[in-house]
Amino acid sequence: MPYAAPASADELVKGLWRENPVFVQVLGMCPTLAVSNTALNALAMGLATTFVLVLSNAVVSLIRNFVPKQVRITTFILVIATFVTCVDYVIQALRLDLHRALGAFISLIVVNCIILGRAESFASKNPVVPAVFDGLGMGLGFTFALLCLGSLREVLGAGRLFGVAVLPAAFEPWVVMALPSGGFFTLALWLLLFSALKRRREAAA
Amino acid sequence: MSSAWPLYRAMVGVGLLCGGLIVTVFELTKPVIARNQAEALQAAVFQVLPGVASSRAFRYADPDGFRPLEPGAPADETVVHAGYDASGAFVGVAVEASGMGYQDVIRLLYGYSPVQQRIVGLRVLESKETPGLGDKIQSDAAFAENFDSLDAQLDAASAALAHSIVAVKHGAKTQPWQIDGITGATISSNAVANALNRSVSAWAPRIQAHAAQLQEAR
Repeated sequence: MPYAAPASADELVKGLWRENPVFVQVLGMCPTLAVSNTALNALAMGLATTFVLVLSNAVVSLIRNFVPKQVRITTFILVIATFVTCVDYVIQALRLDLHRALGAFISLIVVNCIILGRAESFASKNPVVPAVFDGLGMGLGFTFALLCLGSLREVLGAGRLFGVAVLPAAFEPWVVMALPSGGFFTLALWLLLFSALKRRREAAA
Repeated sequence: MSSAWPLYRAMVGVGLLCGGLIVTVFELTKPVIARNQAEALQAAVFQVLPGVASSRAFRYADPDGFRPLEPGAPADETVVHAGYDASGAFVGVAVEASGMGYQDVIRLLYGYSPVQQRIVGLRVLESKETPGLGDKIQSDAAFAENFDSLDAQLDAASAALAHSIVAVKHGAKTQPWQIDGITGATISSNAVANALNRSVSAWAPRIQAHAAQLQEAR
């Protein structure tokens, strides 16, 4: 193993927190805003993206010395689109209702800039083991961010979490939170929190 | 050898591998997806025909009318699902319709009651309409209410609809055969109305003419 465990662990952790794709890099906003209306949709979208990210990072890393520079984006997109199509079929086979809920957004994982971004900036320059850990970390970081938004929006917008009622019946759901505008409000709150944390860290340093 | 060779080698090589992978996954998941879709269709039949306890598929062919669908035969656009209540009485027919939406084909299932000459329920089976706008055809409660009781009366000759089913602007519905559309989703609302109108125009006369076959063939 050319890479010691701590290096790989670092690739994993950086995506989760320090370089979180949504909260720090502010990438992949389209699915983040659109599919975070319930916690279950957010979790499914996050895991589907993680799956694609890990596999595409692995394959891109394996073929990185075989693909000429001029056609690398074409080839990466081809690899990504292949795994997205596979995920699409697998979700249809597992849960048809979930497939209906995620709708067009599954196919749109292809154009999620996090995936092409990691393929281009990391996997195409690194061996397969760190590339897989990078994909896993970024994917889980994306899932974490989607869950942050999805749980908050579902609790406030419907009084439920993963479909289970968590607030007293007297609570009047804020329907706006389940609508697209609620996605922007929630994202703004989380971004505010992350930038406040960053400032405090910088002030302390 | 030209310098283009490595480009072709990389793209064709990756393309072949990717194609092979997609075909493999497609073949592996195909039977499971088909089973899921059949189950979802069954559940949808019960939803679009209120009060139905059992259903049976029939195939239509000119000029004989309806014949029970042979088990295992593919359900294509000539197949309808007759629904019966708990006592075994014929309630109505669930029919699949499809039409071009804004993004892709929209597939619908609607319930038609030959006795009342009405649409009694509708469900969107598949749509890829714009999230937040067109996809309201499957999530908007007010839009769904249109189809709880939508007039589909035949004309005097029982050959065509007395009034075409049309979508109107939201809030402008005045007649029982009009569909109150969704604001911001005009194309999707019209697509549902057109698909429904075309399908009911074709099926209602057939179902009226051969209703006895659907009632007896239990």
